[in-house]
Amino acid sequence: MAGIHKQSKWTYLLVLILLGIVIIWSIPIFGLLVSSVRPRDEVMSTGWWRALESEEGFTLDNYRQVLGGSDQTFVNASGETVRASGDNLTQAFINSLTVTIPSVIIPILIAAAAAFGFAWLEFPGRKFFFTLVVAILVVPLQIALIPILRDYQTLGLTGSYLGIWLAHTGFGLPLAIYLLYNYISTIPKDIFESAFLDGARPMVVFARLVLPLSVPAIASLAIFQFLWVWNDLLVALVFLGGTNDVAVLTQKLASMVGSRGQDWHLLTAGAFVTMVIPLGVFFSLQRYFVKGLMAGSVKG
Amino acid sequence: MNTNITPAGDSKERGNTFLVSLGRLAVSIFIPLVAFAVLWAGFIFLRDSNAPQTIIALVAIIWGVGGVALLFWVTDYVVNRMPIVVAKKIQPFVFVGPAIAILAWYLFIPTMRSLYLSFFGPQSTNFVGLKNYIYAFTDSRMLEAFRNNLLWIILGTGGAVGFGLLIALLADRAKGEKFFKSLIFMPMAISFVGAGVIWRFIYAYKPLGEAQIGILNAIVTLFGGEPQAWFTIRGLNNVFLIVILVWLQTGYAMVIISAALKGVPSAIIEAGRIDGASELRVIRSIIIPFIAGTLVTVSTTIIILSLKIFDIVFTMTNGNYGTEVIASMQYKQMFRFYDYGRGSAIAIVLVIAVIPVMWYNLRQFSKREGF
Repeated sequence: MAGIHKQSKWTYLLVLILLGIVIIWSIPIFGLLVSSVRPRDEVMSTGWWRALESEEGFTLDNYRQVLGGSDQTFVNASGETVRASGDNLTQAFINSLTVTIPSVIIPILIAAAAAFGFAWLEFPGRKFFFTLVVAILVVPLQIALIPILRDYQTLGLTGSYLGIWLAHTGFGLPLAIYLLYNYISTIPKDIFESAFLDGARPMVVFARLVLPLSVPAIASLAIFQFLWVWNDLLVALVFLGGTNDVAVLTQKLASMVGSRGQDWHLLTAGAFVTMVIPLGVFFSLQRYFVKGLMAGSVKG
Repeated sequence: MNTNITPAGDSKERGNTFLVSLGRLAVSIFIPLVAFAVLWAGFIFLRDSNAPQTIIALVAIIWGVGGVALLFWVTDYVVNRMPIVVAKKIQPFVFVGPAIAILAWYLFIPTMRSLYLSFFGPQSTNFVGLKNYIYAFTDSRMLEAFRNNLLWIILGTGGAVGFGLLIALLADRAKGEKFFKSLIFMPMAISFVGAGVIWRFIYAYKPLGEAQIGILNAIVTLFGGEPQAWFTIRGLNNVFLIVILVWLQTGYAMVIISAALKGVPSAIIEAGRIDGASELRVIRSIIIPFIAGTLVTVSTTIIILSLKIFDIVFTMTNGNYGTEVIASMQYKQMFRFYDYGRGSAIAIVLVIAVIPVMWYNLRQFSKREGF
């Protein structure tokens, strides 16, 4: 009996330690969230942990200002009318979506086709090319920045969506091919043989059999690639450049840090805007999310 | 083609066959042409249009995604109109061709081109031999970057894997495992830039006497200390940046290690406990050796990540106050000094650093069956 008693005492201690760690881990995000809905003056003058002592309560003005495109007018807590320039994160948000959605679908489509080819079709150079894919899995993408930037300058692709889709496709392909190959090559051979015997063309087999059967692998990969592209800063900086028309959220947030380094009410709101979609994906698709990150851990 | 087996002689029949072939040829040229015309029109619209942002975004998405599907469909269509012997040979390349072409353009060839450019000057016009590499390995800022990257690799990887292991071991023995794990894992969804803002706020500094709004300085002043501008403390400021990476990556290490822990046979652990081994002893002598492979994999992944770390440094300090890293130096060479030679040489250094991992991956791959 003593053993059981000891066990439960230990369990409580364990839970307490874990609770402590979890609180430390969550404080940064919690503080950000609280600050983003506090009035400007209070964010600047008191710590967010004293938010509940405040009499002014909470406000969405910060979000209105970072999302708004032009000058925003609103009445502040002490009754004065305030004009402030907006940061237009709304446009950056749409830009991020425009960059991200094709940058997820295109590489997965191309990689699935290639994985099917490598796994089930015979052609000269099959092993050679796949070895190359494995070799470049961990190559840092920095290696491509200068040569590709030059190509883009020649082709007029800098600052274009097409350019950044292709770049994300190129950098995402090795991992996507490798993971989908691992999955598609384990599909039982009989399924293909009967389809080929029925006279189906490879493209039909690919579209009707392989793609539907690979949905679990594709879902995990899609989540990984989505996070990677949505959260990317370097590729966007290099290939989209600094123009406001196409700048994505991470670029906008990074430039806000430079231009509004002390406007914490805006920085916190802006940071939360960039995090909304990834966190939504995280909480709604956690199972796939974990699988995707586990699978996609090695990336160049 | 089936029409070939109709007996010759009937000229009308022959004429028909010819017309059919001609028709087919026309169609197989016409369809790709239409496809390219549609894609081109989309390209021009996207380039020149003044339509509202949302419409452009929508068209761009449909054009981009639909375009790739269309290209696959059209090439398949054309290949299937070719004589069967040729079609069979070309068919596999319909599938792997686009991927190989893009990989060649974006990764294989750039590696060679960067190597080539690294022997030339800023504008890639004059040959400078090994000068860029001499710069990369002797310049004081580069040496600082190497030292810092080493710090990132050791502390970042050690911190993330250490905490990940600790939390995984604790959570494995506690109730509410899922809840704890998902909260630790949550930062993985956040960008480095977002995390940068979050932690800048934690490190925020106000002069002595004013109320501190950064929690770290608030704690320091609570215990009677003086508030610090953390990022300007040379040497230590690197550690404050690395903490951000640890905060982000611990969840990843924890999830993978946790999965490996579930694979340790409980019979062995029980046997150890029955023999009177303490829990620490069980962990050290049974569990850790069992999951050693996983620990190596996780560490390798985070080492590669630390090696290429860029966003955090770029948004937090931009490499000032002695926080430069290799990737931020490369970015500066490209976009501030427009020195493509040095930028390329630094990129090559990064590639050389990952060669051991590449070699290991290839060795594992060649052991695999089926290829």
